Amino acid sequence: MSQEEQPLKEKQEEAPPERRSLLQRIFVRRSRRSAILVPILAVFTALVIGAVIILISTPAVITAWRNFLSAPGEALSLTWITVRDAYFTLFQGAFGSPADIVAGFQAWVKSGDSKALREALRPFSESLTISTPYIFAGLGVALGFQGNLFNIGAEGQIFIGGIASVFVGYSISGLPMIIHLPLALLAGILAGVVWGAIPGFLKARTGAHEVINTIMMNYIAFRLTDFLLSGPMARPDGLPITPEIKPSAYLPLLFGQPMRVHWGFILALGAAFVVYWFLWKTPVGMEIRMTGQNLHAARYAGVSISVIIVLTMALSGALAGLAGTNQVLGVDHRLVRAFSTGYGFDSISLALLGNSHPFGVVLASLLFGFLRGGAARMQSVAGVPVEIIRIIQGLIIVFVAAPEIIRSLYRLKDVKKTGPVVAQTTEQS
Amino acid sequence: MPPVLELRGVTKTFPGVLANDHIDLTLNEGEILALLGENGAGKTTLMNVLYGLYSPDEGEIFIRGEKVSIHSPHNAIDLGVGMVHQHFMLVPVFTVTENVMLGVESTKAGVFLDRAVVAERIREISKRFGLKVDPDTRVEDLSVGAQQRVEIIKVLYREANILIFDEPTAVLTPQEVDDLFVVIRSLVEQGKSLIFITHKLNEVMSIADRIMVLRNGKMVGTTTPEQATEASLACMMVGREVLLEVEKKPAQPSEVVLQVRDLCVRDDRHLLAVKGVSFQVKAGEVLGVAGVQGNGQTELVEALTGLRKVESGQVTIVGHDTTTASPREITESGSAHVPEDRLRDGLVLTLSVADNLVLNTYYQAPFSKGMALQPEEINKAARERVEQFDVRTPSTSVPVSNLSGGNQQKVIVAREFSRPIKLLIASQPTRGLDVGSIEYIHRRIIQKRDEGCAVLLVSPELEEVMSLSDRIAVVFEGKILDIMPAEQATREKLGLLMAGVQESVQEAAAV
Repeated sequence: MSQEEQPLKEKQEEAPPERRSLLQRIFVRRSRRSAILVPILAVFTALVIGAVIILISTPAVITAWRNFLSAPGEALSLTWITVRDAYFTLFQGAFGSPADIVAGFQAWVKSGDSKALREALRPFSESLTISTPYIFAGLGVALGFQGNLFNIGAEGQIFIGGIASVFVGYSISGLPMIIHLPLALLAGILAGVVWGAIPGFLKARTGAHEVINTIMMNYIAFRLTDFLLSGPMARPDGLPITPEIKPSAYLPLLFGQPMRVHWGFILALGAAFVVYWFLWKTPVGMEIRMTGQNLHAARYAGVSISVIIVLTMALSGALAGLAGTNQVLGVDHRLVRAFSTGYGFDSISLALLGNSHPFGVVLASLLFGFLRGGAARMQSVAGVPVEIIRIIQGLIIVFVAAPEIIRSLYRLKDVKKTGPVVAQTTEQS
Repeated sequence: MPPVLELRGVTKTFPGVLANDHIDLTLNEGEILALLGENGAGKTTLMNVLYGLYSPDEGEIFIRGEKVSIHSPHNAIDLGVGMVHQHFMLVPVFTVTENVMLGVESTKAGVFLDRAVVAERIREISKRFGLKVDPDTRVEDLSVGAQQRVEIIKVLYREANILIFDEPTAVLTPQEVDDLFVVIRSLVEQGKSLIFITHKLNEVMSIADRIMVLRNGKMVGTTTPEQATEASLACMMVGREVLLEVEKKPAQPSEVVLQVRDLCVRDDRHLLAVKGVSFQVKAGEVLGVAGVQGNGQTELVEALTGLRKVESGQVTIVGHDTTTASPREITESGSAHVPEDRLRDGLVLTLSVADNLVLNTYYQAPFSKGMALQPEEINKAARERVEQFDVRTPSTSVPVSNLSGGNQQKVIVAREFSRPIKLLIASQPTRGLDVGSIEYIHRRIIQKRDEGCAVLLVSPELEEVMSLSDRIAVVFEGKILDIMPAEQATREKLGLLMAGVQESVQEAAAV
């Protein structure tokens, strides 16, 4: 520590030293330029590397390159075709085939029948459906980061939110939708609040680190789900699935079958706006950001740190809980074991990619939704394994988390850069 | 004979800042060169270039006439350049010997540390230069002055001939400063050459052979103590005439605003840091608290402002018991706090100047209405305060981290002083600031006093306490040793009290 003070002292004179935690610096970047440019270049670079991986994992391409000297044209064209096909089918899988969409649109204009159009837009709808829980959970994690709290418990909060909503969804009947649906949503929110507030309370009261406690809360949530599905909440026939929720608790579809995208997506966009408004336009939001950026100054300014920590974790949990609620009420209509396939953990990456800003999280979630949505078609049509998409997602995160790679790759100037030797000052007199 | 050290045209830029602009410097054998300049003038950058922490963009370095390039501190040490850091680089739980040998370990049979050999050399060095230190003591048991001597020994142990002292007196009592100067003179007598970085004028006048003044990264001149006066040096540093003395009318104290009785406070290690302190501050007076840093001042101020729990005793502000009040309650009771560490407590660097100007009032009307902040009101107030307190900033929406230290402090002063306050608690209000900003903040404090505000000023800078206070309290190890009217306080008297020597003992010594 003290060894770093010497070079830092100089910075104090030009630009004051960073007093924020490492995580804060990674997840809430200050320079607007690096917050926008780095993710875009990271995505691009990841796609380029993804293409290389696709190529070396395609035997035909390897064979063609072996014969490069005899048939150079073939090797090059095969390379181009392989990459083009992979990414084109990925695009089609994510958005739908442009030709079909145009044809469907013409049919709709001519005959007023939107069925063909809806069918053509189904991939797009699927991508949005996948994005929706990402947005909720990503917002939850991002809100935590704004308060310098690392909520790793989003996955558990998703399960708990899902359980609460599904219970309200199937156990109450005879209510009109206007009451039943909000009730089911509220149940998910409250469950998330509780699941987030517990680690928050433990931190505020005892100083226990929220990372440890949210991880532990995850295990409790997973096993609690297993237990409930194995008996108390299982279907009458004993399968580890809950009964189906009443249609009055469904999140309605936006456009009707076969497009599965539902009102949850609109809710998620609304939530993003509310989070933005709350954090930047209200006194309590300002307290969260103050506490996140500089706890000491927040205390000095009269903010009650304990209250803010519990509140931040509770709200973070509420948003993550809504991701579970959304899946249950909008997509699955019941709860099965492992119904969340890691949305909670991915959401940490999304908060990172979106610079912990609500709108950034929405964009990042859409990106991940489209990648995941398109992956299946890429596998079935172009024969490129789905795992490639996982690799690309991973690469994006690596590049965003280590922006120096991107900066040096594209010769971006780092505005905040100080002495180049700062890192090597462990050598002492 | 060539000079021991010569820098020619050294230039170092950071993005947006020209820290060193073609600086030429020569250091002759056996000379004390004082490098004088405000904070941000580029002194430390220049020395970090010399010590291998930064590589210069342009320029050459010659040591004894030979051109060298210094890549790392290790490299610098090999070339005989040693640095005594302002913040000590010592391992508290190690002994003096272990600290000195750290990095250049002597061994027996290649693997076992040979402490005896090192301890013997430390004794030699310590005798030769008058650096009194016991090699077997653990560093954490040493006084600050002794820790500094260990730092000097470390440098000498590595056989440095060119010693750089970076603001060495910042943490010392006046008596320790005198001791340090004795050591420095003996170093020079035995052929070492010294660069002494400081922004304190009186020190420069008493110790330097030659004075180099830096301003905004440029060398503005070289002079000697014989040719210069403190006023002329200040003028060179700042670039204009500076009032070194604060002009003030006699105080007119009225009712008691802050009353402290038998206050005890624990520090972070749960040790008693404030031990039964009692005092009062009246409206219209400045009570200065003098003392070497780390004698309970930080804990005292934190307890008074609600940031730290009071162990026992009582605090009342304008008649209200605030012993257990929260920071917000204390703020709302009409007290203002200029915190000791502005970057830690006083500002949220990433937030805008405007937000920082309402850091503790954002939730009140007119800055908030119902559930929503009122950005127009916040910005309007910010523009007024920036204007009124002469904060130099491109706009009120830039992050406060973009401002210089002096302007950051002005943001805090603007925020705290523009509220209707009855009590001002200012802890090291001018720490690390340039002469111009110090002058400004001093004037503002006296202005508040004259408006009938009670002021508690805590500062380790004796000059500051003496020039601003109407009464002076001296703290030592968590106790107030004496409170005296400012007229009766002399440097010597305060200095001895700061070192823990009680008046009765002083008198006895005089006899």
